[in-house]
Amino acid sequence: MKTPILEVQNVTMRFGGIVANRDVSFAAERGAITALIGPNGAGKTTIFNCITGFYRASEGRILLNGRNGPQDIGQLMTRPITGGSHLVTRAGIARTFQNIRLFKEMSVVENLLVAQHLATRNNLLSGVFRTRAYRAAETEAVDRAYFWLSQMNLASDANRLAGELPYGRQRRLEIARAMCTSPALICLDEPAAGLNPSETRELSEVIQRLCAEHDLSVLVIEHDMGLVMRIADHIVVLDHGEVISDGTPDSVANDPAVIAAYLGVSEEEVTA
Amino acid sequence: MQNNRLASLLKEAVLTFVISLILFGPISGLVLDGFGFRNELGRSVTLAAIITAGRVLVSLAGMSEIGKRLRSRLTSSNSGVTVNTGQERSPLLPLAVLFLAGLALPFFADKYFLGIAILALIYCLLGLGLNIVVGLAGLLDLGFVAFYAVGAYLLALGYQYLGLGFWSALVIAPFLAGLFGMVLAFPVLKMHGDYLAIVTLGFGEIIRLVLNNWLEFTGGPNGAPVPAPTLFGLEFTRTAKQGGVPIHEFLGISYSGDYKFWFIYVVLFLVVCAVIYAVHRLRVMPLGRMWEALREDEIACRSLGVNHVFTKLSAFMLGASTGGIAGVFFAVHQGFVNPTSFTFFESALILAIVVLGGLGSTVGVVLAAIVLTILPELLRDFAEYRVLVFGILMVVMMIWKPRGLVRLTRPAFFPSSHSEAGIALRLEPQTEAGR
Ligand SMILES: Nc1ncnc2c1ncn2[C@@H]1O[C@H](COP(=O)(O)OP(=O)(O)OP(=O)(O)O)[C@@H](O)[C@H]1O
Ligand SMILES: [Mg+2]
Repeated sequence: MKTPILEVQNVTMRFGGIVANRDVSFAAERGAITALIGPNGAGKTTIFNCITGFYRASEGRILLNGRNGPQDIGQLMTRPITGGSHLVTRAGIARTFQNIRLFKEMSVVENLLVAQHLATRNNLLSGVFRTRAYRAAETEAVDRAYFWLSQMNLASDANRLAGELPYGRQRRLEIARAMCTSPALICLDEPAAGLNPSETRELSEVIQRLCAEHDLSVLVIEHDMGLVMRIADHIVVLDHGEVISDGTPDSVANDPAVIAAYLGVSEEEVTA
Repeated sequence: MQNNRLASLLKEAVLTFVISLILFGPISGLVLDGFGFRNELGRSVTLAAIITAGRVLVSLAGMSEIGKRLRSRLTSSNSGVTVNTGQERSPLLPLAVLFLAGLALPFFADKYFLGIAILALIYCLLGLGLNIVVGLAGLLDLGFVAFYAVGAYLLALGYQYLGLGFWSALVIAPFLAGLFGMVLAFPVLKMHGDYLAIVTLGFGEIIRLVLNNWLEFTGGPNGAPVPAPTLFGLEFTRTAKQGGVPIHEFLGISYSGDYKFWFIYVVLFLVVCAVIYAVHRLRVMPLGRMWEALREDEIACRSLGVNHVFTKLSAFMLGASTGGIAGVFFAVHQGFVNPTSFTFFESALILAIVVLGGLGSTVGVVLAAIVLTILPELLRDFAEYRVLVFGILMVVMMIWKPRGLVRLTRPAFFPSSHSEAGIALRLEPQTEAGR
């Protein structure tokens, strides 16, 4: 069997007295779409923040088996002086946010160029004097930006302000921007929130295409069950910060514990 | 409709009259006379009437067609940023004319005006430096004057203790000021922005207090002398003081004190142009883009792999460096430095330049710097009201033009011609025309 791209091992996350995640373990397969679902406040975004390096898990370990072999997310974050969440992105995890976080007063292309800052020449002098290497790197970055824009059907909006775009396009732009960091794993936090049915369908096609054509693994949080059942290869269900079910869409859909969590049936009735 | 308008106008007029009467009544209506009061209510009534008339005129103007159009223009340009279309004409010609005109200024200006021009350029430099920190990177720096002082004192003390001249100071100043910036900012940049404002405020004061109180080293409140500039061993003083040849002897012309200021002006002008060019380039370079992205959303930046601490640090250091260069010019222009030139008011003034110029706009900052240095000179008679006028200007700006005087534009980017997207994009207009 292939090694999973991401392994979450016994992660517990506490905020003072609140336990947002308790002993969460799951794995995301390479080249597949893994969905993370659960009722509001189940701790989905919190575990996402741990995976993408925005929170340091109180306990447990998160392993990324990316291009540079296995890497411990926690260690990347706590590395002295240079450590931080940006290293997690550089290791190959990109993300989008539940509340869209674009650079609203910058143009769409610029949003994507910021994401490619590792590929461009950041040297001050080469930029001021426009050396040949600088221009070549810059052209390449712009071309890559346009590539991802056309992949997301956004090319016609390239030179508009990101904040001016309609909501659905902003969502797609955020995905395009994350893709510009050339990740191995992309984490999407409720990408379909606020989209209409046709936009949602388009989005599910985009996600599937990313996975199939660009050698990408996807981890997605979503409340839209139709979308999840359609695209996910594997579903993990969280409730009250704990994993209550983990398996294929069919097995999860028929799991009494999941039905209980969503419909609010008490524990006794389920076991009875 | 007509009636309705008239009624509202009348109501407004009465309201204005009553309020101004209440305000002016005690202020100008009662006059102290020995130990008692004298009633001069007539005066306040006149003043209130004048104000009411003004208010009515403004309202009438606002109702007319021209006024309406003007108002809609003013409010619509509030939204701030636009993206270029990529088809703007390059402003090379006007820029070249401006450049030559700037270089030729010493031949037309008298000494007094040249002094103001030098001061204006120094504030341009300071504004451009702070603009990197506040306007582009979005870090509030309330002690920018500290780096200005570092540059100025580097020349004064460097000459006194190490024999540094103008040119070596000009080269060392950006590095030294940048180093100060780094030492100051590194510990706090990991924290939220507000801490930085407080720390820089404190740092500005500390530098000033050190300069003021470390008598043996800095000369304290008495200040320190600054050497005149040199050019390849040529000196601008009447007799050679730094082991060179006085320039008037070298060229065989008679001595004039103006040569020094001409020289300072030209060098300063070239430096300002270079900095403007660099800042202009920065806005389309990866580093400048990262600064602006950090200002927009730090969390999103981190999610894209941007090292936010180092990126902020680079902005802070580059801003500080520019301040240091400005300090060297200030010192050499004055020929003398002391701590009273580096008070908090100076920091506030530079910040006002950046805010008035429109946080991030290079042209705006240059214009604001020129206006804010020349205006006080033109309004010498009102010198005492300078701060008041600044205050009013800032409040008015924040209400009507919170994005500054000059509209920001963003650069446009297009794919290169051999990329797939580039071909598709160039085909697009044709199909559109065909439809
Ligand atoms: N920074 C924080 N400090 C304290 N408590 C937090 C913090 N972040 C999250 N929590 C708590 O952790 C729990 C899980 O929150 P989380 O945002 O992960 O839920 P979620 O599953 O993403 O919900 P939703 O579907 O509404 O997005 C909530 O009870 C929340 O109040
Ligand atoms: Mg959430």
